[in-house]
Amino acid sequence: MAMNRDEIIQQVQEVLVDALGVDDDEVTAEATLMGDLGAESIDFLDIVFRLEKTFEIKIPREELFPAENLMNNSEFVQNGKLTEKGLAELREKMPHTDITGFVDDPDINKLGDLFTVNAIVNYVEGKLNAS
Amino acid sequence: MRWIWIDKFIEFQSGKHAVALKNVTLAEEHLHDHFPGFPVMPECLMIEAMAQTSGILVGEAKDFQEKVILAKIKKAVFFDYVKPGDTLKLYAEIESIVLEAASTSGKITCEDKLIAEIDLMFSHIDQNLGGKEFPEENFVFTADTSVFESLLRDVASGSAGTGTDVRLPGIAIYNHT
Repeated sequence: MAMNRDEIIQQVQEVLVDALGVDDDEVTAEATLMGDLGAESIDFLDIVFRLEKTFEIKIPREELFPAENLMNNSEFVQNGKLTEKGLAELREKMPHTDITGFVDDPDINKLGDLFTVNAIVNYVEGKLNAS
Repeated sequence: MRWIWIDKFIEFQSGKHAVALKNVTLAEEHLHDHFPGFPVMPECLMIEAMAQTSGILVGEAKDFQEKVILAKIKKAVFFDYVKPGDTLKLYAEIESIVLEAASTSGKITCEDKLIAEIDLMFSHIDQNLGGKEFPEENFVFTADTSVFESLLRDVASGSAGTGTDVRLPGIAIYNHT
């Protein structure tokens, strides 16, 4: 399915408006799903299901939102912060996410802030280009 | 016994879709208060009926091995009143089902008139919440599926028509098409 970035942004926006009951103008590129748009854990699955349907793609579990596997591994998390190894893992697992700011203070409580609207758009764009 | 708010299934296709009936009667006490002189079925109880229809469908898809709980009402839109004497037909369909959760879409009709559209999400809670433990009891049905079997009586007997076998341990189920 050939789509340009603007079309992807628009469709992702629609998905989030429907899944989270938010207004169009709240779904900005930088908005975080949990902090700004109020997403809870079940909403993440709802979003994945809706994205799969909208873009006709398959999203393997943990690919779009891989944080849980990271957090349960002591090699990656120490004293509530991601280790160097954890950060490397994060970079590898979430290439669609900009973690520049997070690296300075890799507090796991701030991991949620990495899930932004932009990250979803990047992920979908990568998926569509790969297929 | 569990509180069962639907009367029976008339179609049940494992992992795909189900159709249940709910008869509304003035013997339901809440209708006398909702509202005095104008008894109409509360919308929340229509959601309950759809949650049971869809929830049982989702539970059966994994042989009732998962603890299925209603996690999210994605959509609930109501188009008309439901009154005593009405027979509701609840159509539920599984849209997606994975290890942790399932998403369903549903419609309620009464004499072919659309009453409501209700889309839900269910969580398989043992697969979520970071390995938190929950009681062994199954949230949809226990290992004793007699209640489920009784809800399926008219599907199983074939009185609703013949169809293909649907998987369920112990009893044969048919979906009529």
